[in-house]
Amino acid sequence: MYSEKVMDHFTNPRNMGEIENADGVGTVGNAKCGDIMRIYLKVENNVIQDVRFKTFGCGAAVATSSMATELVKGKTIQQALEITNAAVAEALDGLPKAKVHCSLLAEEALHAAIWDYAQKNGIVIEGLEPPKEDIHEEEEDEDED
Amino acid sequence: MKETIYLDHAATTPVKQEVLEAMLPFFTESFGNPSSIYSFAQDSKQALEEARETIAKGIGALDREIYFTGSGTEADNWAIKGVAESYRSKGNHIITSKVEHHAVLHACEYLEKNGFEVTYLDVDADGIVDLEQLKSSIKDTTILITIMFANNEIGTVQPIREIGRIAKERGVLFHTDAVQAIGHVPVDVNDLGVDLLSISGHKFYGPKGVGVLYARKTVKLKAFIHGGGQERGRRGGTENVPGIVGMAKAMELALADMEEESARQRELRDYVKERILEKVPYARLNGHPEKRLPNNVNISFRFIEGESLLIMLDMKGICASSGSACTSGSLDPSHVLLAIGLPHEIAHGSLRISLGESSTREDMDTLVEALVPIVEKLRAMSPLYEDFVKNNG
Repeated sequence: MYSEKVMDHFTNPRNMGEIENADGVGTVGNAKCGDIMRIYLKVENNVIQDVRFKTFGCGAAVATSSMATELVKGKTIQQALEITNAAVAEALDGLPKAKVHCSLLAEEALHAAIWDYAQKNGIVIEGLEPPKEDIHEEEEDEDED
Repeated sequence: MKETIYLDHAATTPVKQEVLEAMLPFFTESFGNPSSIYSFAQDSKQALEEARETIAKGIGALDREIYFTGSGTEADNWAIKGVAESYRSKGNHIITSKVEHHAVLHACEYLEKNGFEVTYLDVDADGIVDLEQLKSSIKDTTILITIMFANNEIGTVQPIREIGRIAKERGVLFHTDAVQAIGHVPVDVNDLGVDLLSISGHKFYGPKGVGVLYARKTVKLKAFIHGGGQERGRRGGTENVPGIVGMAKAMELALADMEEESARQRELRDYVKERILEKVPYARLNGHPEKRLPNNVNISFRFIEGESLLIMLDMKGICASSGSACTSGSLDPSHVLLAIGLPHEIAHGSLRISLGESSTREDMDTLVEALVPIVEKLRAMSPLYEDFVKNNG
């Protein structure tokens, strides 16, 4: 059901991990619907020098996170903001219909990370809106058994 | 090509060679329509009635109480909507549980939209229905209790005999979806006090596309499919003779060595469950530890998502299943896992393996060997795990 590219990015995700003292971190999605994405950015002179992700979710969620990080690495903030979910999906040779929301989540995670970077540095980026929802409801701290 | 390890027998099973051989003549040689009058069709007619006898005997029923259907889902729909229609003058209340198969739940929801009242019983943390709640839910207008025999996801076996007794005492009909139970645990309709029961052929090494509704002779059962006079005028349509013959053969074979085979699978089940829980931290067994199907293991792995897990297992040649939303096309994880009280993100990370006759101890070892690094890999990717580690040192 997944394209070869999706499978490739799922099994060999690019840029997976964390960045210590990241310049921007964005987390979107929620455990309720089973997808959470977190993107870390290292920004120098308005250019994304490094980007990492962590994702809890299905194969498509991992693959779209991975592809999104590839697409923005080395780009300016403005260029990164122009990358849409459709571009991420296209770069993966398409996604099954039921998984298109995963690519949207990748776009949102990226925007959330850029928003965080902008906030920390007192930069106003035109058109950039704050992340829709905060997932830090600490749902993961619920009882194990 | 790597070898496939099939651990999804609750989804479907292969047709056994002997079953296939029993079916084959009815496709080509003895293809007559059982309703035809000439002698050539008598082979089909006879095979059909012999199959009915075999299945009746298998569940302790009378031949005339067996109705062939196209699936377990059809049997569930017929039982529920059929009773609702026939007993409407007596009442409009139906009792079921929150962990039923969708064939039952969606049939009940349909009836709710058409003037019926449905009570969905809670289950405890092991998935067992609350019998006190059942008793207190029964009222004058209650016409049917429909509670599954064994759960398809978590394997929990319900106290069917107790439910049968309660139903009888209160004069309410009792239907059970026994699709997952047949061939694994003994099923006798009189012993259990069941009035209606659903069976599906392909869950016990029979063919797909054929099922059974058992309805006690005292149950007023109206026609569900209108047509010819087949199935005592209650289920029109030329009978699926090869399918029915195959299902009967499969039941005969399954019951012949059930005790032995169930014991073998139960041992494998407990072995693999313990190995997984021992090797993988932050994992828990879902469903009752003992009152469960001999072939079902359902484990939740915290911080990871089920579909990812299934794809990675698939790449190792292992076929399994999950209660994750992503495997069902909806956003919500399994209603069964939510009903036993799992938080969403833990419900998303569930793995169901269901053993079969071909399953071996080597398969279990292969599964565990594959599973450990996959869970580690997915956790390394998981922001939930990252937060957990940071918060808990």
